Amino acid sequence: MRTRAPITVTRSGATAHITLVLLALAAVGVACLPWLSGVGGSGRAVALLVYILLAVMWNALAGFAGLVSIGQTLFFGVAAYTTIRLADAGVDPYLAILLAIAAGALLGWITSLFMLSLSGGEFAIGMWVLSSLAHLCVNLDPLIQGETGTSLIALNAYAIETRSAWTLWLALAVTLAVLAALLVLLRSSTGAAITAIRDDEVGARSIGVDVMRTKRIVFVLAATGTAAAGALWLASNTTFQPRAYFGVQWTAYMLFMVLVGGLGRIEGALIGALLFFVIETLFGAYGAWYLVGLGAVAVGFALFLPNGLWGWIGPRLPGEAIPTGYLITEINKTSREEI
Amino acid sequence: MMGLVISAALLGGYYAILATGLAFMYSVMNIINLAHGALIVMAAYGLYVLGTLGIALPLGIAVMSVAMFAFGMILHRTVLSRASGGGELLPLLATFGIAIILDNLMFQMFGADNLSLAPFVGDLSWASFELPGDIFVGQLSVYILVAALMIIALIEAMMRRTDLGRRIQATSQDRATASLLGINTGRTAGIATGIALAAGVFAAAAMGLRSAWGPYSGSAQLLFAFEAVVIGGMGSMWRVLIGAMVLAFAQSIGAAIHPQGFLIGGHLTFLIAVFYRLPAWRVALTNLRQPRGPA
Repeated sequence: MRTRAPITVTRSGATAHITLVLLALAAVGVACLPWLSGVGGSGRAVALLVYILLAVMWNALAGFAGLVSIGQTLFFGVAAYTTIRLADAGVDPYLAILLAIAAGALLGWITSLFMLSLSGGEFAIGMWVLSSLAHLCVNLDPLIQGETGTSLIALNAYAIETRSAWTLWLALAVTLAVLAALLVLLRSSTGAAITAIRDDEVGARSIGVDVMRTKRIVFVLAATGTAAAGALWLASNTTFQPRAYFGVQWTAYMLFMVLVGGLGRIEGALIGALLFFVIETLFGAYGAWYLVGLGAVAVGFALFLPNGLWGWIGPRLPGEAIPTGYLITEINKTSREEI
Repeated sequence: MMGLVISAALLGGYYAILATGLAFMYSVMNIINLAHGALIVMAAYGLYVLGTLGIALPLGIAVMSVAMFAFGMILHRTVLSRASGGGELLPLLATFGIAIILDNLMFQMFGADNLSLAPFVGDLSWASFELPGDIFVGQLSVYILVAALMIIALIEAMMRRTDLGRRIQATSQDRATASLLGINTGRTAGIATGIALAAGVFAAAAMGLRSAWGPYSGSAQLLFAFEAVVIGGMGSMWRVLIGAMVLAFAQSIGAAIHPQGFLIGGHLTFLIAVFYRLPAWRVALTNLRQPRGPA
């Protein structure tokens, strides 16, 4: 007869606690930026938060639901456009941003009704077609005047210091909320389904996972987060030129951040976004050569290090940094197994 | 009215020539090559450089076909073979990355100016045939349509009648069994990539003669090609021709309704085609999978 080994089941360890403290410190630091570094610093911090949102959301879509989308700019651009339209109709710009995020969620739900029946390349380019369609329709709006674009003039009601601080805090709040929502989702029973689909979609279906429902949840969350990024980018840059929001370069950035950081891990997306932010700050002025470099590094990672940087760092840490599974420790033994 | 129908059909010929390489690569290697448009633009720059060196366009097309065939073999060996071993997502990510690299490299090398191949063919770019009823048809568009028909017929004949075609089919259907039968599957897939890229040279010539292009024109060409492939459906290269025709007619009707309706008409037709085919796709996919048994 075999006796059952005494085990403890926990959801987080020391690594997770350290990560949480570091993330909290970073959030507090970012929140204090308006007093520390003024308008310029706040603007860069919003850019970083937008990159984080884009990377985490694209990673959720590609890494968790197995859906590569070239057209996430659909939500990015439409949210910015909705903000412009609502502000033009007299809505307070910050309220307009929140409404645009809600509109992005709604658009995501509507899109999911038919796009999720596609997979692979059909889904990827199908999303792109939707994004170009939205781009063309936005160009038809007389307020936007084609590619000339317009500005979020309503923001001028606020002094520049006030509005850069408000935009930063809003961006921080939205980013933290989206990250928290993703973490809660991944730790729920739906999270187990997501992990199952990530590892083996056919296998997941065979054990009774509702693949379509699970994918839809991830897709709508990704649409919401990407829409938030678009509206916040507009609040930070104030000008709206359709090409700058629907352009395919955003997809290139998302691809770079997620592939370099590590597909399928929140930590990877965070690292990828941070790295992209640093690279952009240092090399962004090199224009097309910079994009050549980004593309080359992304392809290199895809081919030679498909799990990205976190795929190398993660296994070397004791326990998970952002825990989404369970940690089972057998008492009296040091061996650990994650499920 | 008749003029509209004819010009739409000729535009369809251009889309067919554009989509052939993409459809071929998808049907034999199951890879949607997101760098398809960028590679066509790259071939067009090659034709332009050869043209400025005084080489006649037909010879230039022959030279570039060989060059792009070789490039296709290299691309397969260095990137695609590795990417296609890593699941469904990796080829998409890798080819999209290649498109970004190529687009921006071409911008660095040739600048943002729009170029055209028209100066290298004398008066062909504006010469026209006169049809009864005072309808004038551009000769160039007719030649493009004829070239599209010939390329599709050639690929179909190669796939059905030649030894290489059978090897490619065997490799695309079941790589493991094909290699058991003594087929060098890696080399065969490389040749298939080369053929797809060589077909792209004809698309590049058509693009460069019809209109001016720039370093970032590739994404629009990819989108047209992909829409034609999806509207036409899989199965035979001839379906690509049908898809290209439907796309061209939809765009022409869109343009007739609204000055900016050209692209919108095409995109909407693509979405309708996707909608329409959804249940049929699932049936077709299960039919494809069943005879193979557990992989």
